[in-house]
Amino acid sequence: MKITEQQVRYVAELANLTLTDDEMGHMVHDMDEILSHMDKLNELDTTDVEPMAQVLFESEETATLREDRERATLPNAEATGNAANSAQGYFKVPRVIEK
Amino acid sequence: MNVAGLSIAGIQAGLKSRQFSAAELAGEALRFASEENPKTNAYLHLCPERAMETARRVDAELAAGRDPGPLAGVPVAVKDVIVTRGVRTTCGSKLLEKFVPPYDATAVVRLEQAGGVVVGKTNCDEFAMGSSNENSAFGPVRNPVALDRVPGGSSGGSAAVVAQGTAVVSLGSDTGGSIRQPASFCGVVGVPPTYGRVSAYGLVAFASSLDHIGPFSRNVADAATLLKVIAGRDDMDATSAAAPVQDYHAAMTGDLRGVRIGLPKEYFAGLESETGDRVHAAVDVLRKLGCEIVDISLPHTEYAISAYYIICTAEASSNLARYDGVRYTTRSSDAATLQDMYRHTRGEGFGAECKRRIMLGTYVLSHGYYDAYYLKAQRVRNLLTRDFQQAFEKVDAVVAPVSPFPAFKLGEKLADPLQMYLSDIYTITGDLAGIPCMSVPCGTTSAGLPVGMQILTRHFDEPGMFRVAHAYERAVTR
Repeated sequence: MKITEQQVRYVAELANLTLTDDEMGHMVHDMDEILSHMDKLNELDTTDVEPMAQVLFESEETATLREDRERATLPNAEATGNAANSAQGYFKVPRVIEK
Repeated sequence: MNVAGLSIAGIQAGLKSRQFSAAELAGEALRFASEENPKTNAYLHLCPERAMETARRVDAELAAGRDPGPLAGVPVAVKDVIVTRGVRTTCGSKLLEKFVPPYDATAVVRLEQAGGVVVGKTNCDEFAMGSSNENSAFGPVRNPVALDRVPGGSSGGSAAVVAQGTAVVSLGSDTGGSIRQPASFCGVVGVPPTYGRVSAYGLVAFASSLDHIGPFSRNVADAATLLKVIAGRDDMDATSAAAPVQDYHAAMTGDLRGVRIGLPKEYFAGLESETGDRVHAAVDVLRKLGCEIVDISLPHTEYAISAYYIICTAEASSNLARYDGVRYTTRSSDAATLQDMYRHTRGEGFGAECKRRIMLGTYVLSHGYYDAYYLKAQRVRNLLTRDFQQAFEKVDAVVAPVSPFPAFKLGEKLADPLQMYLSDIYTITGDLAGIPCMSVPCGTTSAGLPVGMQILTRHFDEPGMFRVAHAYERAVTR
């Protein structure tokens, strides 16, 4: 076994994800199978290989920099317009601090 | 007017000779789409108001003697992971069922500036995660070629509408094969260009180091026309490339003499026989056109699936963290505390595949596993990229199958996520390396199912890729 139900519960907590009991059963099985397959990478010696985080090509050093000029941003009403609950330009969420 | 038979060139000629107006064409495309859509579920929603407004603008420009642009009047469908201002964008997810974006993706802005008419948004796997389009919260798409089969995924809807003829071209997105595999399953052309060639601004993020937008079309020239319009540097996307956009059509000379084509042996081992036969027959055509066929090896191919599914799930788990019930329309009603609101909104909102990937990604990034999985996968990604660099020292293009098999039946592979992942073997390598790689139809199986041939070239050698694809297409359709 690569992974136990206890570990899966811990990861679900990290990911802020509620899983039903049924989902939990499948998740343990699927993650175990997929992670076991991923172990294949250990066959390779990658000691001197640089990690590749992004596709990079030759470009001028400043190619991704722009002048720091003020630009129009989304109006507040549009930025909050898709929220489940908002008021007076703010997102509303359940109470965080108790009195 | 038969929208299903039109090409971009045909539309330009029709508008010029006043056979039809852009508004008439848009109206007919919308009518045809609503009539056909119940068969395939390829469109999630049409946007008739926006389409008619753009079409009337094109007609007004034509009437005033101005050139509305290279896509004048062309009905275009857009995958529903690409945002459209004022037009619902769901990403195939229950979580975004009511999301109406306040801005347009750069690719959409550019295609409309060129006269393209967005007619609707297409169905896809939830947040572009899947290889069959069965992970959409709004039901699967059926393959218009064989309605009991999947159209491929994740851009299944964008492939299906072009195959069906309800759009002339469409936009999809590719992270691990999501343009090429559905293109091959539906018998159309699909082109993920070099990573960074098209701005990803407004493409809802799945795995940011891999995600890119590209066109679907019924012929190679139309894909090149659409790509040329949407390609190029965009200040809104720091990963978009500054390299000048080349003239793709000038490269389509029909002359392939002396072009060196590499066949990677690792890509021909596990094929279903009919798929292999079609791709080999296509290679024979290339040989007859004067290509030199060279056997090559991409030795790290067998490690690609593992590296890809570590990297993409890691990035996905991070990107999908934003769907927490605060900013994006859907919130669980069962939430007394902030923490519960996050957890229940996500638990109720995400489908099974998204949950699986969020969990895998969170695991491979978590303390104690980061080096063993995520960093290791990034090193292997480098090895896979070097494989291609070394191959391109010997050859001008690599030709390979797109998928080990043609379109499978709905439900056939749904119960086994690992088997579904393994079917991406021939497409994920091009994404990991970030090179241009397109799918071109190369015949059908005895059951009439389309097969696709993949053409891969060096970074920014879209001209070389289109040159091979176009000459092949011309040779087999003549």
